[in-house]
Amino acid sequence: MPRELTRMTAAELSVALARNEVSAAEVTRAHLDRIAAVDDRVHAFLHVAADSALAQAREIDDERAKGIRRSPLAGVPVAVKDVFTTIGMPTTCGSRILAGWRPPYDATITTRLKQAGAIIVGKTNMDEFAMGSSTENSAYGPSRNPWDLDKIPGGSSGGSAAAVAAYEAPLAIGTDTGGSIRQPAAVCGIVGTKPTYGGSSRYGVVAFASSLDTPGPFGRTVLDTALLHEAMSGHDPCDSTSIDAPVPPVVAAAREADVSGMRIGVVTELSGEGYQSGVLSRFAEAVELLESLGAKVTEVSCPHFGYALPAYYLIAPSECSSNLARFDAMRYGLRTGDDGTRDAEEVMALTREAGFGAEVKRRIILGTYALSSGYYDAYYGKAQQVRTLIIRDFDAAFGQVDVLVSPSTPTTAFPIGERADDPMAMYLADLCTIPSDLAGNAAISVPCGLAPENGLPVGLQVMAPVLADERLYRVAAAAEAAFTGRWGHPLLAEAKGL
Amino acid sequence: MSITREEVAHLARLARIALSDAELDHLAPQLNQIITAVAQVQEVTAEGIPPTSHATGLTNVFRDDVPAGCLTPEQALDQAPAVEQQRFKVPRILGED
Amino acid sequence: MTMETLVPFAAAIERYEPVIGLETHVELGTRTKMFCGCTTTFGAEPNSQVCPVCLGLPGSLPVVNRTAIEYTIRIGLALNCTIAAWCRFARKNYFYPDMPKNFQISQYDEPLCTDGYLDVMVGERTIRVGIERVHLEEDTGKSLHVGGATGRIHGAEYSLVDYNRAGIPLVEIVTKPVEGTGADAPVAARAYVTELRDLLRSLGVSDVRMEEGSLRCDVNTSIAPRGSGRWGTRTETKNVNSLRSVERSVLFEIERQAAVLDAGGRVIQETRHFQEDSGITTAGRSKEEAQDYRYFPEPDLVPVAPPADWVAEIKAALPEAPSRVRARLRAEWDVPELEMDAIVNAGVLGLVAETVAAGASPADARKWWLGELARRANDAGVEPSALAITPAQVARVAQLVTGGALNDHLARDVVGAVLAGEGDPDQVVAARGLAVVSDEGALNTAIDAAIAANPEAAAKVREGKVAAAGPLVGAVMKATAGQADAARVRELILARLT
Repeated sequence: MPRELTRMTAAELSVALARNEVSAAEVTRAHLDRIAAVDDRVHAFLHVAADSALAQAREIDDERAKGIRRSPLAGVPVAVKDVFTTIGMPTTCGSRILAGWRPPYDATITTRLKQAGAIIVGKTNMDEFAMGSSTENSAYGPSRNPWDLDKIPGGSSGGSAAAVAAYEAPLAIGTDTGGSIRQPAAVCGIVGTKPTYGGSSRYGVVAFASSLDTPGPFGRTVLDTALLHEAMSGHDPCDSTSIDAPVPPVVAAAREADVSGMRIGVVTELSGEGYQSGVLSRFAEAVELLESLGAKVTEVSCPHFGYALPAYYLIAPSECSSNLARFDAMRYGLRTGDDGTRDAEEVMALTREAGFGAEVKRRIILGTYALSSGYYDAYYGKAQQVRTLIIRDFDAAFGQVDVLVSPSTPTTAFPIGERADDPMAMYLADLCTIPSDLAGNAAISVPCGLAPENGLPVGLQVMAPVLADERLYRVAAAAEAAFTGRWGHPLLAEAKGL
Repeated sequence: MSITREEVAHLARLARIALSDAELDHLAPQLNQIITAVAQVQEVTAEGIPPTSHATGLTNVFRDDVPAGCLTPEQALDQAPAVEQQRFKVPRILGED
Repeated sequence: MTMETLVPFAAAIERYEPVIGLETHVELGTRTKMFCGCTTTFGAEPNSQVCPVCLGLPGSLPVVNRTAIEYTIRIGLALNCTIAAWCRFARKNYFYPDMPKNFQISQYDEPLCTDGYLDVMVGERTIRVGIERVHLEEDTGKSLHVGGATGRIHGAEYSLVDYNRAGIPLVEIVTKPVEGTGADAPVAARAYVTELRDLLRSLGVSDVRMEEGSLRCDVNTSIAPRGSGRWGTRTETKNVNSLRSVERSVLFEIERQAAVLDAGGRVIQETRHFQEDSGITTAGRSKEEAQDYRYFPEPDLVPVAPPADWVAEIKAALPEAPSRVRARLRAEWDVPELEMDAIVNAGVLGLVAETVAAGASPADARKWWLGELARRANDAGVEPSALAITPAQVARVAQLVTGGALNDHLARDVVGAVLAGEGDPDQVVAARGLAVVSDEGALNTAIDAAIAANPEAAAKVREGKVAAAGPLVGAVMKATAGQADAARVRELILARLT
């Protein structure tokens, strides 16, 4: 092989497998070896599923020998955020309260990956119950950014992003509720998409904020991400909030990569104070680049975006305070304090105290407060109205432009520990990503350079209307091609961490 | 908009989390800070603006009244902390519905 | 247990005006649960009818059972309610081990049906019971309390939970407060539940058996001094498991509350429990604060907006209400109310109506179903409708008697034979040769023999003592193995001897 298997993209691996240049077993073994070599430093994985991955690879190789190819992703390794249920592997959600829990059912997306023949190499680390922007809220220790192991890889899907950036898997899946795919993708220098809400099934995705959680793909390239996006998405009758419409043609758009004539709006409000200068300058260059490729760029104001963060930090905790009530020591998970003298309520309270981390406790209490009678209208109710106003901002904006752009997150990867006990500072990482979660439209982060001040990756965020996910890939692919041409190599090639 | 330590303690009880005093000391000021910040939403005039609880606009998603998808008792009880007589064994329940 | 002071009902009702209200929960008879495909058949092995959804496993999601919606609309229409054009489910949040998610999916301020009524007969007057709302929710699991003296919750060491019933669809029907019942309050409450039960049964939406828990009642009672123009504080009585208990609980509460008010005290707003054996209500555990359920719209479900044509279809297919059926049949058959009550209470109204439709006279139909057939059903321990004889067959038997082919005695034999599976009435008559002996020649021969064998009786008849003909008729009946028409025999004997 001219290149190391772990340095190949999913698209390249797919072609190599189809041409019988390599077997699924070889591909899988190469990635398992890579994981063994680097993951003690990166800590992307909570569980490495070596045996089942190799067994799955053998099955795929048997089929390939008979001329059967399940999908373009058959034989391609994928890492799965530990929030998706997987039979035969633990699903911990980064929490002590689910330590060792083995669910009796697969998430719909897990099933789809298996049906596609993708090789699930393991479950990745995450902020506990998807609450956080750095994986520091994981009960199992943080993951580390492959660019600089002392920096955060982003969160909550930090393990998935780190795994892809560290070449431990070409593909990974995560979930995005306030930015938890796009922000890790940006700080790790890879691609990550939040599909249209309802475009990918939440069945088997342990719920954080039900009306916001959106499963989505990570890849090192836009095309890889599109391939995974297509394989994992689509209507699911087991999820009532799942949209019954065809998956937008994301792969075709990724291959077209043509932005000439597209109208691109720069969101006025997603800039300014709190944004790192290197992030702003790389973003500005990206906008210029898109213009030079034939796009028409204008400034668009979304006046309520400034209220997106407070609205989110009312809606998400409210929903999660209810979603996490089921963790009560009665049916599964941790049970502590049951010494025979205590009643059920006491055991519940002691278990939840021991099993939940600080951020989860903060959000549960915040949510309980916001939903309390007497406070509901002023907090949760008001936040839902702000949500309507943000949707209207997007609708108005998309009346003028085809896509909106902004930085993906205000800063590059910050040091592990810097914001760990400063929740408000941590929340600011979501400033740019939250509006799309509230509105449910599609958004992507694609690398647009390294910040000059620290050499760490910067992400360009593209936002598209509901069910227009393909526009993301069109723009992102165009940017990627132009940037790669300018740099001479993919951005990740510059990562010195590993 | 501020929240007292007592209110935080009360909310923790409602949420069935047995916070220690040390944790209360630590969390209460943080929550106070957060609640002050999120209260910003009240600055927005939203007279007559309908709240959005669902972004998709979907309605009437149903399933047919046809059996499907059951677990065996073994599967259901497999991860239970305690089992007796094919039921989930739980500590004594004081409350009434 | 402290004995409550009571004011005897008659005295209480003289000085106080009662207001009652009822909340009824109905288990729908759907094949599967409210939000998942688990079966609902009663009496299955513990935890054998569960799945990730009704167990509330992390990652599971509910999907609404269309039939449950249809049944609820049916109920709402039959109760003259307005069907919501658009409504949502809501989460009712509280912690309890028999509730897997520690919230119940229910409806809060947007019920599916509102503002209806049910007319109820109490004696000769019609009371219109207003219906406030009809909404849908899911039922909880069931706990066994182990280790205490009585198997009840107090003093138990631990509990065992079975989630088979978790997720069964429940319809909650709430009346508006019912004023002006006066001394009829207890019977009015009972009559309402009875009428409601019959209505629900006629709709085919539930088997509504209070003993089995598929119909549960909470009864609200308050009293205020007559003429005061205001309402008193109400109590809610739970654990009311039979029609009789509904009546008794209202009666007891009126007596108890009257005593409290007479003594200058105030009625505490509380939940009380009805004690079957003693007919009293006892105070529930006092709660420090009212429960705040922190209701918010269920984010995992989308709104329900029943299309107008679907509602119209359901309305068109509604069966005639039992009260209408009764009124119509009572007029057609021209029977007193008391006899109608007897027919309804025996559960044979439909059977009688069908028998009449098949050609029997109303009187004959009633006679058979309230008499011979009721007795046979009772002996066999089954419902009359479960007997192996059809209304058409009963009508045929009645016809044969009217036409003289059978007498009452033979008719009963025929019925017995039909029940035993020997075939249709005509087949039985033919096969067994049960036709009435109407051949006068044979009868005269038998009469001669009887007169010869009973000279004293014959002599008395000749003297004018007509009653003495009895033994002679008996002898002839015996001689003809009961196959003579006794009345005709008597005629012939009298004609011969007088």
